[in-house]
Amino acid sequence: MTSEIRHSILENSLKLAGFAVIAALLLGTVYTVSEDRIIEQRIKAERLALNAILPPSRHDNDLINDTFMLDLEGNEFRRIDLLGLRENSRAYIARQNSRVSALIFPLIARDGYNGDINLLLAVNTDGTVDGVRVTAHRETPGLGDKIDLRLSDWILAFNGRSLTNPNPEGWTVVKNKGDFDQFTGATITPRAVTIAIANGLEFFQANKALLLSL
Amino acid sequence: MNTDLSYLSKQGLWHNNPALVQLLGLCPLLAVSSSVVTAAGLGLITILVLLCSNLVVALIRHQITDAIRLPVFVLIIASFVTCAELLMQAFAYSLYLSIGIFIPLIVTNCAILGRAVSFASKNSPLISAFDGLMMGLGFALTLIALGALREVIGSGTLFANMDLLFPFAQSWELTILPAYPGFLLAVLPPGAFLFMGLLLATKNWIDQTSTKTNYIEIRDGQSSENLIRDTP
Repeated sequence: MTSEIRHSILENSLKLAGFAVIAALLLGTVYTVSEDRIIEQRIKAERLALNAILPPSRHDNDLINDTFMLDLEGNEFRRIDLLGLRENSRAYIARQNSRVSALIFPLIARDGYNGDINLLLAVNTDGTVDGVRVTAHRETPGLGDKIDLRLSDWILAFNGRSLTNPNPEGWTVVKNKGDFDQFTGATITPRAVTIAIANGLEFFQANKALLLSL
Repeated sequence: MNTDLSYLSKQGLWHNNPALVQLLGLCPLLAVSSSVVTAAGLGLITILVLLCSNLVVALIRHQITDAIRLPVFVLIIASFVTCAELLMQAFAYSLYLSIGIFIPLIVTNCAILGRAVSFASKNSPLISAFDGLMMGLGFALTLIALGALREVIGSGTLFANMDLLFPFAQSWELTILPAYPGFLLAVLPPGAFLFMGLLLATKNWIDQTSTKTNYIEIRDGQSSENLIRDTP
């Protein structure tokens, strides 16, 4: 190897490394500057989502601070796999006059068209759905994304439903002889959401005594 | 200088439009053009990234050797896209929730890398930034035109959900075709290709029917080509 080639390899490597360091510094700075705000925005969005499911008039405690952990490894709860969660997650307790009035817990529909669909489900003490919202998804824009309340009020059809209304075989989309509408061109997404909600209600039933005593 | 700027504008917006003529950046173009709001959101961020990457590439153009040109350019573009994504999460969270998953697609937009290689690496920073702005604008306008076309024909509305992008745009939604049953093909990916083809045909038709002015533009173009070394 001539010294000229060696010199050019060294020079190029150093330059490339230099640019990589500069880029890393830039990204690190932007990340540090925006990190707190991003977390703040997420909590704000979470609070908004919680209040949208369960209006402040329905509870007199601070939902964000009245929580318990859904521990996937522990055996505190029965059939916790029904929730589809991938990591230990936080559930929220709504109280009125210090007594539990509703529970809000996260659900994941793992069989969406494009990966996980994250949901937040509020269940009343009698086992009826108080409200459901999609908090994160990657479904096809224009087709599957109608599960999002901003785009369609489809998700409101679950309000007031329970495991006896409709019967278990009704907890799927019309195309599979169920009770809930699918979308034109998208069956997989609404079916995944419907079944995830039914699973969430089943989890509530399986742990009802424990959950209401929290 | 003025002729250069007007030449660059015409190139970016029409004669060398990244989407309509160079056919670059089709991947994000086809993915987000199903409605105006997603098209406009991604278009705006593309303009910003293209402007910044062209400026930075032009600033460091004398330090870059051929061997490390591509990795450095990709690094610059990817860094700006990541910054845009972080800043959007921090300052426009609701917009991020609606189009956030498309942001990384901007890195795959060859139009941006194309401008860095063919223009910004050979021209001064200010001219390059202006070229980035015009090319980005040309791309964004094509994207919005395609989004509008697909939204009207696919679902009969225009500017639906614009409040995701601009909070004050809540009442912008126009129902162009009342009681329209919807035309699914326009919303689905094949529709993106079909309508893109129609846009291309329209552009070529306009160019052909105005051959005379077109001829003068091309001559103008060639004379300016010597001033600014712009390899197509």
